[in-house]
Amino acid sequence: MTRLALLGGIYSNYRALETALRQIEQRGADGIYCLGDLGAFGPYPDRVYPLLRSRGVECIQGNYDNSLAGGLADCQCGYTDPRDNYFARLSYAYTFENTSVENKAWLASLPMTRRLEVEGWRILLCHGSPRKLNEFLWESTSSDAFLEYLLRLADADIVAVTHTGIKWHRRLSAGRQFINVGVLGRPENNGLTHVVYAELSLERDAAKVEFVPVEYDFRALAADMAEEKLPPEFIETILTGWWTTCLEILPHKERAHGRF
Amino acid sequence: MKFPFAELVHLDNLWFQVTGTLCNLSCTHCFNRSGPQARSFGFLTLAQVQEELETAVRAGVKEIFFTGGEPFLHPQLPEMLELSLAVAPTTVLTNGMLISNRLADRMAEMERKARYSLEIRVSLDGWTEASNDALRGRGVFKQVLAAIERLCQRGLLPLVTVVRTWDEGEDQAALEGFGSVLKAAGYARPRIKLLPALPLGRELERSPQAGAESSLLSEEMLEGFDRDLLMCSNSRLVTDRGVWVCPLLVEIPAARLGARLQDAAPTYELKHPACMSCYHYGTICGNVSALIEGPAELKRP
Repeated sequence: MTRLALLGGIYSNYRALETALRQIEQRGADGIYCLGDLGAFGPYPDRVYPLLRSRGVECIQGNYDNSLAGGLADCQCGYTDPRDNYFARLSYAYTFENTSVENKAWLASLPMTRRLEVEGWRILLCHGSPRKLNEFLWESTSSDAFLEYLLRLADADIVAVTHTGIKWHRRLSAGRQFINVGVLGRPENNGLTHVVYAELSLERDAAKVEFVPVEYDFRALAADMAEEKLPPEFIETILTGWWTTCLEILPHKERAHGRF
Repeated sequence: MKFPFAELVHLDNLWFQVTGTLCNLSCTHCFNRSGPQARSFGFLTLAQVQEELETAVRAGVKEIFFTGGEPFLHPQLPEMLELSLAVAPTTVLTNGMLISNRLADRMAEMERKARYSLEIRVSLDGWTEASNDALRGRGVFKQVLAAIERLCQRGLLPLVTVVRTWDEGEDQAALEGFGSVLKAAGYARPRIKLLPALPLGRELERSPQAGAESSLLSEEMLEGFDRDLLMCSNSRLVTDRGVWVCPLLVEIPAARLGARLQDAAPTYELKHPACMSCYHYGTICGNVSALIEGPAELKRP
């Protein structure tokens, strides 16, 4: 059996990343992958890079990484609401300013996708969707028919994505699977403070997905964020598990599950 | 003049103009001139909807939309929504006038049972009774707010769709105005989708300068432009008179692409002023807010 740890957006949450990497070491893994968006939202963006490099985490670019690497003025998050964009810009300006030139160059060196072939399974890792860096694939707005199309387009048996911030997993025809691995960066709008990553266990005739909760020191992260004068709205999300910003992009079901 | 062509890259969104242009209101800015006497398009049958849904599912459709006219004038709309929700996330665009307690119960039940999202888009075009009813008709403001309250009481969060009939600089004040009137009507966390007014249909008579100021797309303008923002690259509209390239261009005969989805032409020439709305604002007909600030210019900070 081969076991892969799939990490979603880290959003500068180095404390959650540290805890997740310790858990992965205890559980054992044959490979650790991160699907992009290393910076954003959280404090001290440069702190995630040494952790990722020292543990050999294989990363791909997310929209945030692509923007930081290319010196773009916008995070390409894909928001359209003025309030959402206000917070996105604030967060991007902070992250841009506090990410070193070396780390930006390292981001630029990362591939946009990764293809793996494990135990006979053809796997595509990407950030938003196989066809677009910043496409939002929410559970409640991704029809089976559409996911089957994306799997055909990707020429893969398993596709793993992140970008939305909320995990899900769908089994499709002929044993194929689609996974949104969730994110390590912030809790997933359910009133709980932990974050998650996905563990993919592969055998020749079976592929199993488990979402692993990561209980980290979220109060210390909130203190870091306050120290860096990040918006109180962001800190509230870390402390309560409810999203307070970037809400207008949510489809009905995901929005109705949250508090705001 | 040579116009650019857009190709259907993938059918992400399938639209049904389920009641044609028949509507119980006749708003002064309606882009397809819907109204009680508007018979240029008629009703779709349940069988037609089912057949085109099946074609769309085979093509890998992502989302389904029901529009009109007023979709709830169709007696079988709830059955159609159930059929659609069984295979894909589904949105209905309504003026809200027919949402009774019984209908709200049924929609809430439908939403609870479905694994996909059901979006109910309710139109409201002014945050005061006077400004809304001047556009949408006398008494509409109060009735629509009551309908929104009925939906909210059942845990549904309608997407309140607002057409901008003021200057862009007043967007913030308008959003605040809508926010407070919706909260007062019992919608604690209002979802608002702002749309530009379209230089089409009755809006051209209400606001003649909208047509005069409109321009056309050229091949050069689309160089480096993200064509995913053009609705015609990812959507089609089914009507009782055939398949149209998008919901906006139903009054344009050349925008009819075929009788049925499976034999509709895959390309369309972007030669109408309304094509500029996707260019300026992105796919405005989708559920997320249009890019009301215009496309972000990417510059080095």
